[in-house]
Parts: sequence; C-alpha cells; structure tokens
Amino acid sequence: MAWETVIGLEIHSQLATNSKIFSGASTTYGAEPNTQACAVDLGLPGVLPVLNEEVVRMAAMFGLATHSTVAPRSVFARKNYFYPDLPKGYQISQFELPIVHDGYLDVELEDGSSKRIGITRAHLEEDAGKSLHENFMGKTGIDLNRAGTPLLEIVSEPDIRSAKEAVAYMKKIHSLVRYLGISDGNMQEGSFRCDANVSIRPLGQEAFGTRAEIKNINSFRFVEQAINYEVERQIMVLEGGGEVVQETRLFDADRHETRSMRSKEEANDYRYFPDPDLLPVELDEAYIAAVRESLPEMPDAKKARFVSEHGLSEYDAGILTATREMADYFEAAAQVAGAAGKLTANWVIGELSAALNRDDCDISNSPVSADMLGGMLLRIEDGTISGKIAKQVFEAMWQGEGSADEVIDKQGLRQISDAAAIEGIISDVLDNNPKQIEQYRGGQVKLFGFFVGQVMKATQGKANPKQVNELLRKLLDG
Amino acid sequence: MSLDASDVEKIAHLARLGINVDDIPGYARNLSDILSFVEQLNSVDTTGVEPLAHPLEATQRLRPDVVTEGNNREHFQQVAPETESGLYLVPQVIE
Amino acid sequence: MHQKSLVELATDLRSGVCSSEELTRACLQRIAGHDPRLNSFVTVTGSQALAAAQAADAAIKAGNAGPLTGIPFAHKDIFCTNGVKTSCGSRMLDNFIAPYDATVTEKMHEAGAVMIGKTNMDEFAMGSSNETSFYGPVKNPWDETTVPGGSSGGSAAAVAARLVPASTGTDTGGSIRQPAALCGITGLKPTYGRVSRYGMIAFASSLDQAGPFTRSAEDAAVMLGAMAGFDPRDSTSVDRPVDDYTAQLNAPLQGLRIGLPGEYFGDGLDAGVGDAVSAAIAEFTKLGATVTDITLPNTHLSVPAYYVVAPAECSSNLSRFDGVRFGHRAGNPQDLTDLYTRSRGEGFGDEVKRRILVGTYVLSAGYYDAYYLKAQQARHLIRDDFMQAFKQVDVIMGPTAPSVAFKLGEKADDPVSMYLSDIYTIAVNLAGLPAMSIPAGFSNGMPVGLHMVGNYFEESRLLNAGHCYQQVSDWHTRTPQGFE
Repeated sequence: MAWETVIGLEIHSQLATNSKIFSGASTTYGAEPNTQACAVDLGLPGVLPVLNEEVVRMAAMFGLATHSTVAPRSVFARKNYFYPDLPKGYQISQFELPIVHDGYLDVELEDGSSKRIGITRAHLEEDAGKSLHENFMGKTGIDLNRAGTPLLEIVSEPDIRSAKEAVAYMKKIHSLVRYLGISDGNMQEGSFRCDANVSIRPLGQEAFGTRAEIKNINSFRFVEQAINYEVERQIMVLEGGGEVVQETRLFDADRHETRSMRSKEEANDYRYFPDPDLLPVELDEAYIAAVRESLPEMPDAKKARFVSEHGLSEYDAGILTATREMADYFEAAAQVAGAAGKLTANWVIGELSAALNRDDCDISNSPVSADMLGGMLLRIEDGTISGKIAKQVFEAMWQGEGSADEVIDKQGLRQISDAAAIEGIISDVLDNNPKQIEQYRGGQVKLFGFFVGQVMKATQGKANPKQVNELLRKLLDG
Repeated sequence: MSLDASDVEKIAHLARLGINVDDIPGYARNLSDILSFVEQLNSVDTTGVEPLAHPLEATQRLRPDVVTEGNNREHFQQVAPETESGLYLVPQVIE
Repeated sequence: MHQKSLVELATDLRSGVCSSEELTRACLQRIAGHDPRLNSFVTVTGSQALAAAQAADAAIKAGNAGPLTGIPFAHKDIFCTNGVKTSCGSRMLDNFIAPYDATVTEKMHEAGAVMIGKTNMDEFAMGSSNETSFYGPVKNPWDETTVPGGSSGGSAAAVAARLVPASTGTDTGGSIRQPAALCGITGLKPTYGRVSRYGMIAFASSLDQAGPFTRSAEDAAVMLGAMAGFDPRDSTSVDRPVDDYTAQLNAPLQGLRIGLPGEYFGDGLDAGVGDAVSAAIAEFTKLGATVTDITLPNTHLSVPAYYVVAPAECSSNLSRFDGVRFGHRAGNPQDLTDLYTRSRGEGFGDEVKRRILVGTYVLSAGYYDAYYLKAQQARHLIRDDFMQAFKQVDVIMGPTAPSVAFKLGEKADDPVSMYLSDIYTIAVNLAGLPAMSIPAGFSNGMPVGLHMVGNYFEESRLLNAGHCYQQVSDWHTRTPQGFE
C-alpha cells in the first residue's frame, strides 16, 4: 500500500533576552548549577512573576514576519504537572489565547518548488530546568539555571509531508529567528529544538492516522533521521496488522531510532487555567505598528534584492541569504570591493565557505573579515593581483598575516602590468625556446599555452595574464 | 456530583497527595458534599457572561529586560532538604 | 501601656514618655504571660525585636521618626521574613526559615515598626476558625472555649488580648474581617492590588489581599498607610498613589449614603448579631448618614463560586511544596512519586488536602467549563451587583459574620457549614473591593462585627466612617476579661 506521511512540528526557540521571562535572573548559558536561579525561578513560597517586555516584542516580531495575527489580547495559563525540573509544579505558558496565531511560511524545497506551511500558533512560555542523571549516590541532580528562560513555541499545521520538508521548514524558521535577532538558534546548547508529530495514512485518505510525538530533537540531521525511522516503524506496524499507539517517543541519536518513553506514559491531565498572578497582555495597534517598523529585511526580500541589485543568480542569492550573518558579510565585503557583487559572491560561496568549513569556523568569527575580503577583491578589480594570486593572499590573511595590501607587499605579489617589463621577459622566453617557436609557427598553435606558462613561471605568476596574452600574440604572430 | 473512593484516589494521584486508605471514604464524603454545594452555581444562567479572572480588569505591566538578580545559591540552598555540588537532589529519575 | 492605642503610643514615643525598648519589653512580657493560654504566636522574635526597638529609639532621638517608628506589631506567619521561620501554620513549612522578605515585611521595617513575632493561623490560610493550624488552635480571648475566627486568628486574638497594638493579616474570603469581628477588633481588607502580594505565601492569588488588625479605625489608617503601595514585583499590584488615610478620618458623615442589602439580613443570621448591627447602623444615621435598602441578587452564588475558584488556585499554588527545594521532605523516598506523595501527604493537614483535591478535580479534564469557568462567570455577576449598588450608595453595611464566635470543634467535621461562616465576606473578595469590620456591640457577651464595604480604592471612606462611629461608641475599647 502507498502511504502518505503527515508531520507537524513544534519548535521551541529560546529568546535571546538578558533576563528571564518572569524574573531578573540572567539567561547566560553554562553558569555553575543553580547560580542563575533566583527566588522567582526556584518557586520559593510567596514569589510572583512579572513579564519581561522584550519577550513580548520578540514574539510580535516573529508574528509579523510569518504573516500571523499578533493577538491584541493574550493570556498566560498554568500547565500543571509534577517534575523535579519544574519548580512550581506548573509551567507558565499560553493555552487558549496565544500571542501569535494563524500565519504561514513559504519553504523552498530541493526540487526548486516552494511549499506553504501553516503556522497554527506561537506562544510564550518558560523553559524548565535540567535533570542531571550522573550518579549522585544513586540520585538525580537538579540544576534550575535554565528554569524561566523565555521560549517561543512555534506550532505548525500538519502540512508537512516528508522528513525533507520538515528539515526545510525547520531550517527556514531557524534562519528567520536569527534574522530577527530574537534567538541565537544554538542547537548544541538547546536554544533551538523541536518535537515532531508524525503519522501516516493511506495515500488518498483524508482522515489523519494516529500520531506519535517525538520529543526534544536538537539537530536538523536528527529531525530527518527521527522522522524517517518513525515513518518506517509505523508502516511496519500497520502493514503487520498492528495499530499505532498515540504516545511520546524519544529519538536515540546513537542508535538512530525512536523509542517509547514509558516513564511518561500515563495520561497527563495538565489542568490548564489562566495564571492568576499575571494579567492579560494587551497590545494596541500603535505597538504593533512600531514593531513592524523595526523589522529587519526578511530573507526572501533580501534574496530578491541581491538578484536585482548585485546581479546575482537566484541560486547564489539563496545561498548568501541563508543566514543573516552570511548576508551581512556579503554586503559588507561587496561594498568595500566597490560593489563587485558577482566577484564577492563567488569568493564568499567559494573560498571563504570552504575555509570556514575546513576549520569548522563560524562566519561571524571568520579570521578573514568582510572588510579584509573586500579589500582583497578591490586589488583583483584594480589589477594589482590576479585571481590566482588572490588565493594565495586569502590563505595568508586566513593565517593571520595581515590585510591583503600587507600580504601583497610583504610577499611581493604585486602583479606585473608594465608592458615593457613583460615584453623583456617574453623576449627571454622566446630566445630560450627557438624549437618551440618553430613548431608553433609550423602550425602547432596549442603551444601558445606553453609560452604563457613559461612567462608566468618566470614571473612567479605575477604577470598580468591579460597583458601576457596580448603581448605574446603580438610577438609570436606579429 | 458524588465521588467514590477510586475518584478520590485518582485525584490524589494527580495532585501527588498521599492519603491514608482509612481516610479515603471521609474525603469522598466531604468532596461530594462540597461539590453538590457548589453546584448551586448551575441555578443561574450565565450564557454570554464573560468569566472574570481578576477583580480589576487591568492589563499586564511589563518589566525592562535587565538582570537584577545575582548568585544567591548558598543562601537559598540553606533551606533545601538535600543538595550536592550545588544541585538539588531527588530520587533517580528514569527517562 | 498595653491599653493605649497605636496612635497614642506613637505620641508617647516621640514625646519621650516611653521608649520603644520599654514598649517592646512590655509586649514581650504580656506575650509570655498570656499567650500560653491563647496560642496566638508561632514564633516570638524577642532579641531581634529588642534590637529593632533600640534602632527605633535612636531614630526617634535623631528626629527621624514616622508614625510607626518603634511601634511593636506582629506579622501573620504567612509573610516571608528573612531569617525568621515562616510556617504558614503548616507542618510543610515547620522547618522553613524564609530566605527573603515579603514586600509588606520590608515596608513595615522601613516604617520603623518593630516586629515582635509571627502569629498563628489556619494552615495556608485555609480555615475560618484557626483550628487547621499545625500549631494547634488559637483561643478567643473573650471565651477560651470558642474560636477566634480564621484564618488570621492569631493576629486577631493577639490584638484583642492587648498583646500587641497592631498586627498584619491576609484576607482571601474573610480571613481578616471575620476574626476581627469574632475578637471584637478592627480589621481592614483593602482593594485587591492595593497591598503587594510579593512574599505573602499564596493561597488563592486572585483573591488574597493583606491588611491590618488594630483596635481602632484611626490605628488601621496608620498601618494601611505603611503597608499599601505599588510594587513592581507584583503584576497585580496597582500603580496608583497611596491616599493619606488619616487625612479624612474626621470628615463629617453628613450625607453618607449607606446601603443595606436585604440578602445580608435574611435566614441564617443570628438574631443577637442582627440586633447589634442594626443598632450600630442607627448610630450612623444619627451622624447624618442616610440608609437605603439595596439588593445584591447574586449573593447566594458567592460561597459556591468561591469554593471553586479558591481551591482551584490553591491546588496549583501549593504544587511547589514538593520536598525538593524547601519545606518538609519525607524520609527515604523510594522514587520520585513516593517523594512527592509522602512529602505532601505528611506536610499538609486535612483541610489543605481537601481543598487541593477539590481544586484538582474542578480543573481536571472535562470539568473545567462546568466548574471553574462557570464560577468565574458567577464572579462577574457578583461584581456587577456591587457596581450597580455603588451607583446608589457610598458604603454597604451588614453583619461581618452570621453569628458570634462558635465553640472550638463545633464545625470542624462539617466543611460546608464552616464555609458558610464567611457568607457575608466572600463576595467582597470575588469582586476585589475594600471592606472593614469594626466592633459593633455584643451578643451573649461575645463581640459582634459591623461589615462595611466600599467602592474600589475607597479605603479612606471606610476608615472615615469607622473612625466617626468609634468617636460615638466604645465597643472598640472593651477588653476581654483577664486581659485588662
């Protein structure tokens, strides 16, 4: 039987605030356990939450960037359950009235087509702490530093039909929150993670199958692996005459499989109700207009602009706008290089990306800054160095040997563009190779390349290749 | 609404509340009384009435995004039943 | 000295008639002498109080004294006090030394008042008789076989017995006003949001409000002035200047419009209480007030609505008591569930468990709409009744409680009948209005309270009415036998 996969994603994106969603404790990652858990985060008796204005602004930005409604009135609710990393015995979240709802995102797929994925809602909530399962005399240790870190939970419609689509959608959201500057999107640190609701149904059937929820997936690769595994598992279950159980499953990254979380199997009854310690959040039109005004250029608009303004191909523009950091880098470098868009694009996508990859380096910490790359491209443009020498200059800059001009000077890489000097070198080459001249003039025109090579060799590659070509032709054919 | 012993056990578990087996019938009786009492609410038609969550219909005030709290771990953990290396300890959690 | 009012004591302190240290020692002595019978204190902070008194004396000498500088008082044991046990009347917090100060604690400290101890209360403020305390019941100083009311029973008994001139309390369904009435003193519950809830251990967040116990309205005005105010740490705190509550105390009552709701004078009201209240209201008319009959037609919904909303909120508020970060922890837990259920089972008493169970039930899947949502709708109707009434009148008056103090143990086994002792006070919490109980006479030798309800933020008007009445009556100066 042919099966269709139905996927909905719930993405949890930590918001990049200084302080927590309901307290003045720091959100910095990696502090000593419980040193960033204040009285409010610990849920001490008597403490009360007060909402951080920045999380509201960030949620509104996300809403506007995804064509969603930013709710004029939203309400915080308590989700009640007991767990040691949840200090109050309830999580402050939003239930019936989320701050953002009913939007969409267009996602580009590998075949070049575009697909619209609905966004059901995005709501604000507090993150929980962490349970550390190392052995403390057979006990679990609880670190509440993360408790109260603001999260935006982004819930998609069940519009996704394959693991690849899921990854494309998740990448798009990842890029978006970073563009907006509302999340650092750091997946290793858990700032960006997702739950996937996966079900299958016979192709053509309208009703959804029973779904399994795969919890806490923290990489794009794992999303793809987890969904693919889960789809195969469900097909096997159904084709074997069994039934898919509605349950929560955990992805085991080492074994590439999902497994049932037995400890949480019992049906939860979260007893949601409006949090009486917090009042409804009301946002008026002026507020929303001001947030709209503050939105940075979105990836799609930026891409279109790169095509029209810099004359880039759709493909190159797509790569360069994948992250805000890369797009910013490109624009800064191109500006220094005198608006040489195409050349800059080739270098950013080519040499720079390769070097970043090779040394496992982030573009925002690139040893060759946008200014430095632009400075070097300027020297290609003005003929000071050739494209080939530029690779040598780039590598030297990467190794920390200074700016392009410094490297060119230090290593004497300046291109020889003096016609008289080049002519002198050509004469020497011709004098030393009478046999080849004879063969060339006898019709072996391919030997032209040999002469070019000899001239470049004699100048350690510094001769202006265009001039070498012209002068050689004149002297050989003349 | 009348609750029996198994209802009480179910609710008590949801609330993680240990109750002596001997006390369950008493709780079942009390709870049933209270619930029948509050069912007087059904005597009034509330169609179209907005639920009132707060007496003053105020809206949420927002706090500037500023770090105001420092490390107070030693002080806060003085009242903790069991800690180790700065962590609160609980019986092993199996996932 | 113990017969003097707070305002008189403040004058004595400033004029040097006595020092705060002398006053504090006198209070400590009275507590040592009388409290073993009453059980109104959970903790007495003698040495801290004396240190604070010395600091107050220095401030008075330096000319930096405010109206509360050097005045001894007691906090209900629901307010967090840094470094001092804060038990909330529960075994759960018997070992809890609060690691921070509540806003009210800070404010009283800043005002220079001298905290002398923490008073007994119903466990987590759940009760109307002070019988649910882990530390045993408080006795009513007027008759030690009767209850002082609850949940702030210790605070009320301590003031009634002249152990302290003033104390703090909290009122979720009547927990200041009902014990004030039963103990023959003055108790004020301000408008919801007027006094910060930060650091006040939550029972039902949308209903809880702190206020003072004193002997007179004038003293209450001084206490409220120190306790009230906007607090950025409480989202439900109202950002609005605090009135000078003493400024209007003596304003004439000529033309004050008093509303008498028929619903508050019907079945269930003890005849002696009704007579005393009517006589008190007649005094107001002599002072120039007019009386109008009004109706609050949804009054009968208030107790049922309250016993859905309050348990629902408390079931969630009390989830943090799980034996992990503070409070009681059961010995040798086998696993996580065992840790939770035994710590909570051992730490909480019967009434708290009952309310957690009711609250858990009404919020659980399938019942939320029928109970919780319905109760919040009823709450809207109840508030609308009051808003309608305040178009016609300035103050609503009636009895604070349907009867005088009942016998210890009398209602302990019947939760519903206990709940009905708050029938006149509960609607005010659901609507968030300010209200006050003042002594209005006696029935069978036991004090009767007059309940006065004002419109939002009209605490000044209530204090004015109470003070003027207290200029022409002396109920508030009566002292229980044995405590003169």
